[in-house]
Amino acid sequence: MARYLVRRLILTIPVLLGVATLVFALIHLVPGDPAQAMLGEGATAEDVTRLRTSLGLDRPLLVQYGSFLGGVARGDLGTSFRSGQPVVREISRRFGDTAILALCAMSVAIAVALPLGIVAAVFRGRALDHAAMTMALAGISMPSFWLGPLLAILFAVRLGWLPVSGSGTPWHLVLPSITLGTALAAILARMTRSSVIEELRELYVMAARARGLSQIRAVVRHAFRNSLIPVVTIIGLQFGAVLTGTIITETIFAWPGVGRLLITAINTRDYPLVQGCILFISVTYVAMNLLTDLTYGLLDPRIRFE
Amino acid sequence: MIRVGFLIVALAVAAAVFGPSLTPYDPTSQTLSQRLEPPSRAHPFGMDELGRDILSRLVSGARISLIVGLAVVSVSSLIGMMFGSIAGYFGGAVDDVISRVIDVLMAFPGILLAIALVAVLGPSLTNVILALCVIGWVGYARLVRGQALRAREFEYVQAARALGAGPARIVVRHVLPTAFPAVIVQATLGMAGAIIAEASLSFLGLGVQPPTPSWGTMLDAGRSHLFDAPHLTLFPGMAIAVLVLGFNFLGDGLRDRIDPKARI
Repeated sequence: MARYLVRRLILTIPVLLGVATLVFALIHLVPGDPAQAMLGEGATAEDVTRLRTSLGLDRPLLVQYGSFLGGVARGDLGTSFRSGQPVVREISRRFGDTAILALCAMSVAIAVALPLGIVAAVFRGRALDHAAMTMALAGISMPSFWLGPLLAILFAVRLGWLPVSGSGTPWHLVLPSITLGTALAAILARMTRSSVIEELRELYVMAARARGLSQIRAVVRHAFRNSLIPVVTIIGLQFGAVLTGTIITETIFAWPGVGRLLITAINTRDYPLVQGCILFISVTYVAMNLLTDLTYGLLDPRIRFE
Repeated sequence: MIRVGFLIVALAVAAAVFGPSLTPYDPTSQTLSQRLEPPSRAHPFGMDELGRDILSRLVSGARISLIVGLAVVSVSSLIGMMFGSIAGYFGGAVDDVISRVIDVLMAFPGILLAIALVAVLGPSLTNVILALCVIGWVGYARLVRGQALRAREFEYVQAARALGAGPARIVVRHVLPTAFPAVIVQATLGMAGAIIAEASLSFLGLGVQPPTPSWGTMLDAGRSHLFDAPHLTLFPGMAIAVLVLGFNFLGDGLRDRIDPKARI
């Protein structure tokens, strides 16, 4: 296992380096002078020069790149142009809220998807299966930026049961979690269904059925446990989609997380903060994928000996 | 399901092609006295915040969504097929370089890189298409690479090589055709992805800019009127969801026909 762990960690290094390089390149893709773009048309030449110097844009590209990578390695992502605060501090202040939202959304998705997928598998080909899978496809097709406002219209505006936006109480989390978790629930339900169907065909399940176990018991006691491995993998791999999804969900519900911080930074052309948020979300995504791979290796010995 | 999907997509294409000449109102003309009016017989989907007919804007928006989808899917699949087949067929160092680039781009979650690119390049329809192509080709490349790795060992490919056919001819005539069915399925599902991505970017204010009617921009405008005019949110969202569902039905149906094993 140690060898697998080391090999997997080494394979992650070039990916992280590539991600950092792309994020570094972002500011250089700004048409014209990035400092001018950040300050706007009305800025004086002196202000532009001062900002160029403070951002380090007046240095040779390779020096800028080395300095950027050095900063990333030390956990220094520069300073926010608008607030004057270190980017890392701005992000860490918001990350807790994003993590809570992402975890709640994943919990909602798992709670809905696993029973739905199992029921669809057990009643395969029947009306219940078709209904469950049509619901899942509708869930995938329904964009969060529509579902969110619809839920807000129904539960906040019409019924007045939940707050429309903001944060502070557990009630504020309900609508954003459902909005963010729906697409994941749909993907997981489809995956659970296929996985349970595969397991139900295995000889050990048929043997259990032949011994007189009911279909439900055979699923719950035998097939479900083994069908969980691919489902767990998908849950881990989909964490990235959930993280990206927070950008839209936090914007809809004014949730004070990293996603909303990113959109605010884009709107105010705070490029160091934009770079910081993108790098942070990407590195979290890579780390989650790594964790999923390692968990998969732990659950299935064939993977780590390959 | 495949028929339902085909019907939805055909209706959307018809709306995009013929719709603008059939709708009675100009999608950009404003009647401020009728702003936020709810659905009526004259305006079945109501009026928006500037007194524009929502149905006319939806029909025009279908054109934008389909143009983005088609452009992104065509360019991404072409680039993806080219790099995927080169990586898979030649292997070695070429494959290593292309695969590492794919790994890095895949390390960015979903639409994040597109948001980043549009944020620095500036919001516009062209930049949205460009950004979605930058992230879109990777999926096709990975798919085609896998197919090419298998195809290069096929006997008829080896026979073509023995007969003196050049690498370009082998890739185009013998390797790529084995990947076409899978690419077509991916492209159909990719249309759904591109439409959602364009609408997401426009919803965040990073996509198509007003007054051009885009479904995402219309949804964004509706956010400020959830209390007094929910129809501004209801209809554009419904249009996106139905069209995306149509492409998903079509893609799923095609996959089932091409690969019956995927049907379980």
